Amino acid sequence: MSALLQVGRAVERVDGADKVTGQAVFGADVRLPGMLYGRVLRAPHPHARVVRIDTRRAEALPGVLAVITADDLPSLKVGESTAMGEVGLNVVYLADMVLCRGRVRWKGHPVAAVAAVSPHIAEEALQLIDVEYEVLEPVVDVLQAMEPGSPLVHDDLYTNLGRGQRSQEPSNVGTYLRIERGDLEAGWAAADVVVEREFRTRNVHQGYIEPQACVAQATADGRVTIWTTTQGAFAVRDQVSQLLQIPAKDIKVVPTEVGGAFGGKHYPYLEPLATMLSRKSGRPVKLVMSRAEVFEGTGPTPGSVIRVKMGANREGKLTAAYLWLAYDAGAYPGSAVGAAAITGLAPYVVPHVRVEGYDVVTNKPRVGAYRAPGATQVAFAVEQVIDELAQQVGLDPVTFRLRNAAREGTVRHDGYQYRRIGLVEMLEAVKAHPHWQAPLPEGRHVGRGFAVGYWFNGQFQSTCQIAVNPDGSVSLGVGNPDLSGARTAVVQIVAEELGLTTDKIRMQILDTSTAPPTDSTGGSRNTYTTGLAAYRAAVAVREEMKRRAAQLLEASPEDVEWAGGEFRIKGAPSRRLTWQQVAAQQRQTGGPINLVESAGGGGDHPSFSAALCDVEVDPDTGHVKILRWTAFQDVGRAIHPVMVEGQMQGGTVQGIGWALMEEYVWDQGVMLNPNFLDYRLPTALDVPDIDTHYVEVPEPNHPYGVRGIGEAPIVPPPAAIANAIHRATGVRVTELPMTPERVWQALAQA
Amino acid sequence: MAQKVAVGLVLNGVPEQVLCEPRQTLLEVLREHLGLTGTKEGCGNGNCGACTVLVDGEPVNACLVLAVEVEGRQVTTVEGLAKPGELHPLQEAFVQLGGYQCGFCTPGFLMSAAALLRENSDPSDEEIRQALAGNLCRCTGYDKIVKAVRSAAATLRNGGEGDERLAASGASR
Repeated sequence: MSALLQVGRAVERVDGADKVTGQAVFGADVRLPGMLYGRVLRAPHPHARVVRIDTRRAEALPGVLAVITADDLPSLKVGESTAMGEVGLNVVYLADMVLCRGRVRWKGHPVAAVAAVSPHIAEEALQLIDVEYEVLEPVVDVLQAMEPGSPLVHDDLYTNLGRGQRSQEPSNVGTYLRIERGDLEAGWAAADVVVEREFRTRNVHQGYIEPQACVAQATADGRVTIWTTTQGAFAVRDQVSQLLQIPAKDIKVVPTEVGGAFGGKHYPYLEPLATMLSRKSGRPVKLVMSRAEVFEGTGPTPGSVIRVKMGANREGKLTAAYLWLAYDAGAYPGSAVGAAAITGLAPYVVPHVRVEGYDVVTNKPRVGAYRAPGATQVAFAVEQVIDELAQQVGLDPVTFRLRNAAREGTVRHDGYQYRRIGLVEMLEAVKAHPHWQAPLPEGRHVGRGFAVGYWFNGQFQSTCQIAVNPDGSVSLGVGNPDLSGARTAVVQIVAEELGLTTDKIRMQILDTSTAPPTDSTGGSRNTYTTGLAAYRAAVAVREEMKRRAAQLLEASPEDVEWAGGEFRIKGAPSRRLTWQQVAAQQRQTGGPINLVESAGGGGDHPSFSAALCDVEVDPDTGHVKILRWTAFQDVGRAIHPVMVEGQMQGGTVQGIGWALMEEYVWDQGVMLNPNFLDYRLPTALDVPDIDTHYVEVPEPNHPYGVRGIGEAPIVPPPAAIANAIHRATGVRVTELPMTPERVWQALAQA
Repeated sequence: MAQKVAVGLVLNGVPEQVLCEPRQTLLEVLREHLGLTGTKEGCGNGNCGACTVLVDGEPVNACLVLAVEVEGRQVTTVEGLAKPGELHPLQEAFVQLGGYQCGFCTPGFLMSAAALLRENSDPSDEEIRQALAGNLCRCTGYDKIVKAVRSAAATLRNGGEGDERLAASGASR
């Protein structure tokens, strides 16, 4: 590849001015004439039967224009499923989750919704809806839920045992999965050291600062327009279409800017309700969640119980691994236990493996995706056991991992064979890094911890359209919401291919009636796949522009080259046209240039990350202070270095929050801390500067070597901190979050 | 429905009068009545700082202030941070140094940082982190926000423009 002018530079972000002036329009910023404000009534019990709902008093309140319950939803056929990329959910479950159909399955389950002329009247109306509940015993703990005889969250859920088999009796286990490789007994026999431990993690929330919000406007001719903050406008369209039985052609979803998502903005929690309220009232309706509703009404990441047993020989080679994973899916099946069953061991070559996974339902909010869904929990467990094995065979944690590291050609325990990956290069970079080589900071209980993380990174499918305007500027259109800056990277790729600067290109995120169809933004796929579609469209536009120039120059297209800002005839440099000249004469040379290309559907683009941290433990309080942090990653290719660093830093700090402070505190299925005071996110005072160091091992199937980078950084921090605590104190903390209380108790028991 | 009252304030340097109910917060009135949606609601109870605005130059959570309380006060929102068509050095630094990702918490951070830099033209990183500890950001990990504020402080010390409008809107003390 020749020298790059746009890719690899920290060009100015294309959404910069919008975001710092308050002009960017997020979900709750949409306002329409005549708009009503909706509110959702949520069940106060984690498990109950709805005996009766009487909405008459609410309907009689002046200012209330619509009240809806599940009776207003069409009934759905069993077994249909919606297309939502990495977080598909059976449509019958989805419908039940959006609006309770008689059986309350978690505290916060919507049972009715109202629309009124002000949010305050809507709030008052909620108090006037009379609901009679028959309270049922909830099942909250994941291990208890697996016991025979426990209360059932669903009377008709049977365990999917794979290969078309299912359990004889209804169960809270939605899926049992098993991965087997080699001969586990032979693996234990070959081991000189074996470590076995049990770990627990709790529900944590994505913690996006922007609550879910949307506005829906239904018109008399049957059309619906929905403005919403979502990771996938087309997914919202198709879900609303399925749930409300409205043809997709009649639904236009306009994606707003997204104020953080991290996997949490896939499901249409509000859009179907707002649509129904708008249909019933004849007015546009806005629905915005409160922070408590975000905690109790959307999907956090699963809590888990994880048992790990691993063995290694004296040379420091892993011989065997056994993982037992129980992931808490909440009210409907579908946790990320399947992903966890792979990611936990993905960095390593292990000859003998057994993984057993359980997807378990409980009376809690149905979980969603959260940045590398499933991977952080299992890494917290496996990476601690790896650390212990390294200590027992007398190797430092980086060298131990290098001895067992997966590389190009390695066949993972699930049978997937890696193409070119950069784990070894990243581990070598750790060894060479000043942080790794520096002595430990001064202090009594100071330790250095290390851990590795993995995420698959999916492709799914994207489409991109590029039009050349008569003035030579370029309009780029996609349907993928941009969560944290990928649109700048896509513009950089197009600029590179067209030989233009990024300021000549405007990228628009279009609504579902004008955008080329695309999958949702998620799985760290946007720069990869949308970037690939944009690359193909840009190449097509460049070649078309060459053909147009050839017409104008009365030459053969093969003789025209595009270089140095000019179309020239090879060998006759005096005959030339600028980009603008060719663009201005599109109509005379064949009509407007507007080309569409798609990409995706191919394999993963794996990224490995690592966390290196120095911590100090206060033995009197159990408080863990982070003294120094360096995040490492193989990023494939950094299209925009500052944004890559930002992803690494942001993911790291989310991981630190998960490690030290964040959890849903449950009391019999009631969340005790649904606010940002009691559910603490890290503040600027809780974390240090996060240094970053990335290596660039290009992904072989992408023209720019891109790998998804957003998710992998969250995976290793909890394990790295636990390993640092162990090295500082000799004590293993096996439960997240590692609050001062838990650390203090672990120290006291040691 | 509660009786509405008229509230007069100076909003981003311009006198305004707005009719609102006594129970409405400044945040609701700014967003729903005055159309200034740059100020964001992230939690509604003062924990996240996304709704930070300046009242007589002091940073406050607009979700914790009733609109009737700002009668006769100077209120500055993110829309009033710079002259139209220009960027305040803080805004410029956030763009250049990656001080935001999704951008939702950004207006609140900018207002908290603007208040800090009026008090302290050369804050240390620790002082910056202290001043921003009431603002939650879930995307950046704070590192680049701190660097952006430090950079903007240097720009302002070296005579960079952009703070005059704040001064003109009564933010000086």
